[in-house]
Amino acid sequence: MLKIEPRGYESEFWKYFSPVMALLLTGATAGLIFALMGRPPGLTVYTFLVTPLINTGGFEALVVKAAPLIMMGVGLSLAYKANVWNIGTDGQFTIGAICGGGVALALPDAPALVVFPLVLLAGMIGGALNGGLVAWLRIKFNANEILTSLMFAYISQYLLVYLVTGPWRDPMGFGFPQTAMFSDEALAPKLVENTNVHLGILLAPLIAVALWFMLDKSLLGFQFRVLGQATRAAKFAGFSENKLVWIAMLISGGLAGLAGVFEVTGTLGQLTTNISPGYGYTAIIVAFL
Amino acid sequence: MEQLIVSLLISIIVASTPLLLAAIGELVVEKVGVLNLGVEGMMLAGAIAAFATANVTGITVLGVLAGIFAGLLLSLLFAIISLTLQANQTATGLALTIFGRGFSALVGAGFVGIPAPTIPKIHLPLLSDIPFIGPVVFSQDPLVYLSLIILGVVAWAFKSTHFGLILRAVGDSHDAAHALGYPVIAIRYGAVMFGGAMAGLAGAYMSLAYTPMWAQDMTAGRGWVALALVTFSAWRPFWLLVGAWFFGALMFMALYVQAMGVAIPSAFLSATPYIGTVIVLVLISRDARRIRLHRPAMLGRPFLARS
Repeated sequence: MLKIEPRGYESEFWKYFSPVMALLLTGATAGLIFALMGRPPGLTVYTFLVTPLINTGGFEALVVKAAPLIMMGVGLSLAYKANVWNIGTDGQFTIGAICGGGVALALPDAPALVVFPLVLLAGMIGGALNGGLVAWLRIKFNANEILTSLMFAYISQYLLVYLVTGPWRDPMGFGFPQTAMFSDEALAPKLVENTNVHLGILLAPLIAVALWFMLDKSLLGFQFRVLGQATRAAKFAGFSENKLVWIAMLISGGLAGLAGVFEVTGTLGQLTTNISPGYGYTAIIVAFL
Repeated sequence: MEQLIVSLLISIIVASTPLLLAAIGELVVEKVGVLNLGVEGMMLAGAIAAFATANVTGITVLGVLAGIFAGLLLSLLFAIISLTLQANQTATGLALTIFGRGFSALVGAGFVGIPAPTIPKIHLPLLSDIPFIGPVVFSQDPLVYLSLIILGVVAWAFKSTHFGLILRAVGDSHDAAHALGYPVIAIRYGAVMFGGAMAGLAGAYMSLAYTPMWAQDMTAGRGWVALALVTFSAWRPFWLLVGAWFFGALMFMALYVQAMGVAIPSAFLSATPYIGTVIVLVLISRDARRIRLHRPAMLGRPFLARS
């Protein structure tokens, strides 16, 4: 029988090797699943993991998909560090897309310098408000944030469906559930012509570095880590748990909203009923890594 | 009018059954101090396993058993990772839900839009002929009765048996239970796997009785509502039934009012069960003292025997 004993010290080797091993095991599991589906596992995993890196079209798709995941993932990992379990990122992503998209639709003739920052801001505020609502319910009413944030994910999806099939439906859209296309000025600036490589792709790693810096080097980041690892110690040290919960939910919600805005202004160019193919849930996995 | 109320009540009972099945399982899991957030994932795995098996073999009972087995397997995975390997229960449970969603979508891709044999209703002779009560109470499918029987047994076991007392001890003070010589980890394994089997059964009910078909993510958050129900009930079995009927009614009414063509956008109606969950959670959790009084004291805490 397996017996588990506390190690008593932190192994330098495992600290860095565990995530690598997790990735290797994930690859092996994927290979196994492909093998069970009757495909050659080695080749499929190779196609899956390596081809996107050497093929330009594939590489473009990879960075475009990765940007929202990075934004949401870093926000979530910050919250999870403090034991704030926001799992409604899909909802905050949707609300961000709705708010940003709403601004873009409301200002079809405004110049890019005015409208695009407003769109981004609206998306971030929307996501942060959704996250903030969850924080408020947890602090004020002691409601479990896992359940409330997830319920808001469903609610915001229905809100999106309502808007896109109802008041915001494109009158020229032949009845398809989608809004009008945003004006070119409201779209995320492209970094490379004729591709989907937009500003968000540049921004995502910057946000990640900034948040890492905050978590690792600042007092606030230290408070987050203490709250997550030793709640009582954090209380004795006089750290305000409520303040940290607020910050965690606002940041992770705001970043999810930002990711939502970039998704609709960077790749889709309009709102549809189906803007998030499970990004929020994938981001949770990203945050665990 | 009477006809209408009868069919309404029947539908509400059917809508509440998957919630009740999953919630009973999770109640037992939480009673021994383990928080398994994988209910949604286990339900989905159970739903697709049941549907695929019933579709391929044509035998409904085999489908139900396959659903139970799928939930059991996933919960065993959860138990190994969180109880033996001592990983964080919240993270493990979330990962289990994500895994169940992905796995069921992968397996289920070939089963979208095809029929499977469904669980038949049984009409108890004579009793089902009683006006009003007959069709509502005595003409349901077997799993409805099974869910009520399990609920009764669980409630009785916790309240009046020695075994139930041991389970509660493990959930309220695992160190004390360990000191008395009870195998804390083994008991938790058993409870977690019971929870998995119940979630799998709830999934099977979804895909073989409630909406007899397979669609990706067909449980639509019911696993999470079941988790909320356990908090709502304050870990008391009979309150689960009240909560399950309430949410079953909400879910069914959303469909029903839509079908009546009331001029409320259907998206709002579909969202009502989720809004209702938030409101109920807020109302229930507001009184932190009451929750603390009822909640198993070791909920979510890992146990490591130090000898």
